[in-house]
Amino acid sequence: MAKRLPPVDVVLVGFGWTAAIIAQELTEAGVQVLALERGEFRDTVPDFATNTIQDELRYAVRKQIFESPERETLTFRNSADQTALPMRHLGSFLPAAGVGGAGVHWNGQCWRFLPSDFEIRSQVEQRYGKGFIPEDMNLQDWGVTYDDLEPHYDRFEYLCGVSGQAGNLGGVKQAGGNPFEGPRQRDYPLPPLKRSASTTLFDKAAREAGFDPFPCPAANASKPYRNPLGVQMGQCTYCGFCEWFGCGNYSKASPQTTILPVLLKKDNFSFRTRCNVTRVNTDSSGRQATGVTYVDLDGNQFEQPAGMVVLCAFAQHNVHLLLLSKIGTPYDPRSGQGVVGRNYAYQITSAVDVFQKEILNPFMGAGALGQGVDNFNGENFDHGPLGFIGGGYIALWNTGGRPILQHQLPKDAPKWGSGWKQAMHDNYLTSASIATHGSVMSYRSNYLDLDPTWRDDYGNPLLRLTFDYQPNEHKMSDYLTDQATKIAQAIPGATHHAKKREGHYSIVPYQTTHNTGGAAMGDDPRTSVVNRYLQSWDVPNLWVMGASVFPQNAGYNPTGTVGALTFWAAEAMKRYLKSPGPLVTT
Amino acid sequence: MSMPADGPQSRADDASTDPARRQFLTLALVAPAALALGSCGSGTRAAPAVPVYFSNAEQGFVDAATRRLIPADALGGGAHEAGVTHFIDLQLAGAYGRAERWYMRGPWPTGTDQQGFQLKYTPAQIYREAIAGVDAHCRQQYGKPFAQLTADRQDAVLHALEGGKIKLDKVPAKTFFALLWQNTQEGFLADPAYGGNRDFTGWKLIGFPGPRYNYVEEIEHFGQPYKQPFVSLVGRDPGAHEQGEA
Repeated sequence: MAKRLPPVDVVLVGFGWTAAIIAQELTEAGVQVLALERGEFRDTVPDFATNTIQDELRYAVRKQIFESPERETLTFRNSADQTALPMRHLGSFLPAAGVGGAGVHWNGQCWRFLPSDFEIRSQVEQRYGKGFIPEDMNLQDWGVTYDDLEPHYDRFEYLCGVSGQAGNLGGVKQAGGNPFEGPRQRDYPLPPLKRSASTTLFDKAAREAGFDPFPCPAANASKPYRNPLGVQMGQCTYCGFCEWFGCGNYSKASPQTTILPVLLKKDNFSFRTRCNVTRVNTDSSGRQATGVTYVDLDGNQFEQPAGMVVLCAFAQHNVHLLLLSKIGTPYDPRSGQGVVGRNYAYQITSAVDVFQKEILNPFMGAGALGQGVDNFNGENFDHGPLGFIGGGYIALWNTGGRPILQHQLPKDAPKWGSGWKQAMHDNYLTSASIATHGSVMSYRSNYLDLDPTWRDDYGNPLLRLTFDYQPNEHKMSDYLTDQATKIAQAIPGATHHAKKREGHYSIVPYQTTHNTGGAAMGDDPRTSVVNRYLQSWDVPNLWVMGASVFPQNAGYNPTGTVGALTFWAAEAMKRYLKSPGPLVTT
Repeated sequence: MSMPADGPQSRADDASTDPARRQFLTLALVAPAALALGSCGSGTRAAPAVPVYFSNAEQGFVDAATRRLIPADALGGGAHEAGVTHFIDLQLAGAYGRAERWYMRGPWPTGTDQQGFQLKYTPAQIYREAIAGVDAHCRQQYGKPFAQLTADRQDAVLHALEGGKIKLDKVPAKTFFALLWQNTQEGFLADPAYGGNRDFTGWKLIGFPGPRYNYVEEIEHFGQPYKQPFVSLVGRDPGAHEQGEA
């Protein structure tokens, strides 16, 4: 029997980026907010101190900075005719557990999506015709526009101290920035990070290839920075332990380095760790959330009543909770009806490894120290003749040179023995990798539901992921890889190894933690779970944050857009709290 | 409702990935050997004689196999000199070896390659089962366990495991080889705090200086080698001064 706790105004499920933003915004509005986090409390000191965090084996290889699937995981299959099997350990993607969420271990690659990304169906129909869209593709406009989100992108970038070079100020193109980006109201808060040897090589080669390279936006502070909340960040030291580590230098934006020093002092905010939320509770009408039920590590159940519930967990965890709580209509792939679990998407990545003679010292780096080209993203190019929808960026990220996982070897290098040693010796300091980062559309056959066989430690069915890359995505990714190869070919004296993404999606090798969808946002309750303000269509005092609301995925890292959407939703929540009810009526 | 007996706190404290505990354990293990051998200069620190998880025969197998995977040669020491067997032994004795962070609930059907690992054996159990199987294979084929074969024969057996051409009872040969090779690279390239990469053997081979903190100046010195001494989470290279590196 669950122990009933005193009620709060707002309960947040999870305590990562989106929860920290919502908590900060709503507590400023005078509301009492409680965050429930399944992991541990973590902070820069002592958890990410440089004498402990720079440990590749512990954090990146043994994955101790990520969620641990032993209590709850998901099952996976490529298609509905297979039996999904549990993901026994992490691989393809690396969600977080613990305060700060994935905001602790991300790289800080902090992009805005293109204006065309938010209106993709309209734009594709207009430019290429309705018949261009594959029948099984659930291509959807988002219900918000870039112009709606621009002020909120701005807020997130200034919160994080993003280092970058504007490419479009108020509609005026700026030399040196991304010429394809949407118009921004002002420049980035900080200038770009220093360029490294490898990003400089990339820049020259990309120009040679006829593309328009620019410094990628980085939530790694290029200079000391005080954000609008008064929180001080330190200059990045390029230590190379950023991706998959916490930052010991207060340089990488995370909830800990941008919000928590202010939030944790507030009387109207509290949080609890080691709380696994297993249900969103509703009243007998099913139209009003009454709070959540959670289980602590000893198996004790608690009922936490709340006036409003906000799901701030990682994308698929939000969807799992909606399905377990029976909120919204679960998606049925046979009929195509229902919405919860629909629109699951991911990203498709590939690489072109480059081997040349100059010493590049890859271990000097930062998570978002990169040089990119955006010529082949979204509607930046005419992909009508190419026969696919979507695109992506190409970049050389100099995130670091961790020896176990971040080394490149030529294709013909021996796999082990003295030949392997020779190849490691010859290539570690002088190789680099060009990445492509492609969009993935949503399809009728890619979805999330509940598994019929396997259960978690709390007795609940695991989430089941059914996903595969479709021909559209392979065609697009192969095209991107060919363009990246042109850059590699323009590097003097270099050989390269193009690694296309081939065959079925596999849950084994790491690809990206940019899982999206399952609780899509939109203008139509028949094809979305939440409205344009991220408010549930079915239960107006329930909100869903994070990449789970993306109707399909764009060709960028998602955190910038997740941050902007969260600020956008927070504004709507403030309106809702003054006058509760659906913010959009149908 | 079933709950695990120990919470995350006890997992986080596991010696196999806690450098401070790790170092303590390593010292505790090294101490008797060091006493027996008298004082040792840097670069010749004695390997701990007593494995924690492996039997003596298993230790001999892993030492022989990893010597072939990363041999000592003109470029420098290999897996043996780097203490890779010791590293793997300690890893298997800890949380990783017991698959404590993996979802290990049945049922256990086999799946596609895309669905990944689906064996009910932990890494430690995979080594135990596979080593027994490979040694039985070698005895049957050559009349000797793996560790006593010539280097050429050992290479041939390793290639056969890698290609899945030897049938082991409980564990696919390919799975075992992939695990062994992954752990061997880890032991060669992980921070020396974990008992491998002894004397920075692996990092010296490739030129990774260790977990250093600040490259604000150096990152703009394009094309120049970085010359500061190698460092570990538990201190800097004790041999650096003698080698004239600092």
